[in-house]
Amino acid sequence: MMSSKYVIIGNSHAAVGCIEGIRSADAAGTITVISKEKRPAYGRPLISYYLQGKTTPEKMRYRSADYYEKNGVKVIYGEAAAVEPRTKTVLLKDGSMISYDKLMYAAGSVPFLPPMPGLDGTKHFSFMTMDDAEALEAAISRESRVLIIGAGLIGLKCAEGLYGRVASITVADLAGRILPSVYDEKASGIMMAHLESKGIRFRLGVSVAAFENGAAVFTDGVREDFDIIVTAVGVRPNIGILKEAGAECGRGVLTDAKSRTSLPGIYAAGDCTQYDDISSGQNRIMAILPNAYEQGRIGGINMAGGEASFDNAFPINSLGLFGLHTVTAGSYDGDSVEFDENGYKKLFFRDDRLIGFIIMGDVTGSGIYSALIRNRTPLSSIDFELTAHKPQLLGFDKAARKEMLGGAHFEN
Amino acid sequence: MKRVYVEEKWCLGCHLCEYNCALAALGKTDMTALKGVKIRPRIHIEEAGDVHYAVSCRHCRDPLCVHGCISGALSIQDGVITVDRDKCVGCLTCVLSCPYGAVVPGEDGPVSKCELCVSRGVPACVEGCPNRAIVYEDRG
Repeated sequence: MMSSKYVIIGNSHAAVGCIEGIRSADAAGTITVISKEKRPAYGRPLISYYLQGKTTPEKMRYRSADYYEKNGVKVIYGEAAAVEPRTKTVLLKDGSMISYDKLMYAAGSVPFLPPMPGLDGTKHFSFMTMDDAEALEAAISRESRVLIIGAGLIGLKCAEGLYGRVASITVADLAGRILPSVYDEKASGIMMAHLESKGIRFRLGVSVAAFENGAAVFTDGVREDFDIIVTAVGVRPNIGILKEAGAECGRGVLTDAKSRTSLPGIYAAGDCTQYDDISSGQNRIMAILPNAYEQGRIGGINMAGGEASFDNAFPINSLGLFGLHTVTAGSYDGDSVEFDENGYKKLFFRDDRLIGFIIMGDVTGSGIYSALIRNRTPLSSIDFELTAHKPQLLGFDKAARKEMLGGAHFEN
Repeated sequence: MKRVYVEEKWCLGCHLCEYNCALAALGKTDMTALKGVKIRPRIHIEEAGDVHYAVSCRHCRDPLCVHGCISGALSIQDGVITVDRDKCVGCLTCVLSCPYGAVVPGEDGPVSKCELCVSRGVPACVEGCPNRAIVYEDRG
């Protein structure tokens, strides 16, 4: 039998998941990775920790230095220009062609930039990649007055990364509160007060109407001088060439639980996709890293002829800012119970299932809540009151615990 | 491979495993080294009334903590889920992912979890358990 040719467009977490999925089922096939970024896979969310001095480019490598070689992966540093499903080829921007038997599209997302007149005349940066972080680092000084546009995960992690290295940090957002995609109003308020206590300034409910001679003119008429602008308004799935190839897309490439797209032999994973969220029952974009890896891995197994499904996806986010740690998961559209003893905790449930939670402060054991969502555990089957108070296995019955913890050899 | 298994029927709730774990993690053998120290064991007792049992990493075959690790700090080394403390930035995605609550925030950044006392041979929690409620066995 001819060995299979696998091609992966993308070289981040979903791509590495795909490599590991393929190799768990097929040691022989050739794997080619097309990497737009000119560096081996690294922990993308680590760029803020890099600015803080908490990691280094070497430590940020997502896998060992010999990873590609050890896994028989050829990496092409280039950019895919088109996918041609009929001839099963990928055309690169440099004009070269690569043929595939199975293709993984893991092209991630691209920053979304609303039109802001005058932006091009001001020093501005995205905060998505190591290149972005290095460019930003080279541009800042102790005197820099920084405006970050976007009070989401990327904008606020950027603020943390820059903290102490610049003169001032202002974060603006059109939304009336910070992190609206992961927090409820109370959590937003708690985190904002925490960030303000550290000296971060906020301008919420406004956007920048225009930049004029280094000054930002906000929509409420306020005009303020800044030296550095970071745009972190949001991201869009990078669906471009796969949509042109005919793949069914919503805002993201539509993928099923096996990471298949609508095109035969073509799979997709990561931030470029949209898929089913069991916590909300919706098909949506969940651009989070653990799911990207898992979609990639599941896709890789299926590409290599194995059988695997990722049919229990939901969003999770672990976010620490200036020493206040928070975790969130799922959706908040349900009944809820709230605790305030050790920080702030709110659990959301519907139809006898946990569907989401927000925890600020002590996040120990929060994975037990995630598992309740993931496994769709009927809350009536556990001691939910005990579990809600503190995440622990005590809420399960003895038989379930025995399965989890293994029993002992002299049990009879 | 050998893993740590727990039988709550035999657990006395004495918490010795937590102390033995903390001591082994410090690389010490004399228990007085823990006097006045807030211990951060990689195994913990859960208890209520007459129920007691220890919880530590299950070393899952398809571990969510490893799959979701943003830095590559968590990996499987010969079946043992291991933390590279140099790479871990303490983002706690693994804490949010572990179904057992067995990965916990560390004191100084990197997360903390059972690594089966690989360099020690037999895990300290197992060796010191007075009622054999914690065992180290190959059950496939």
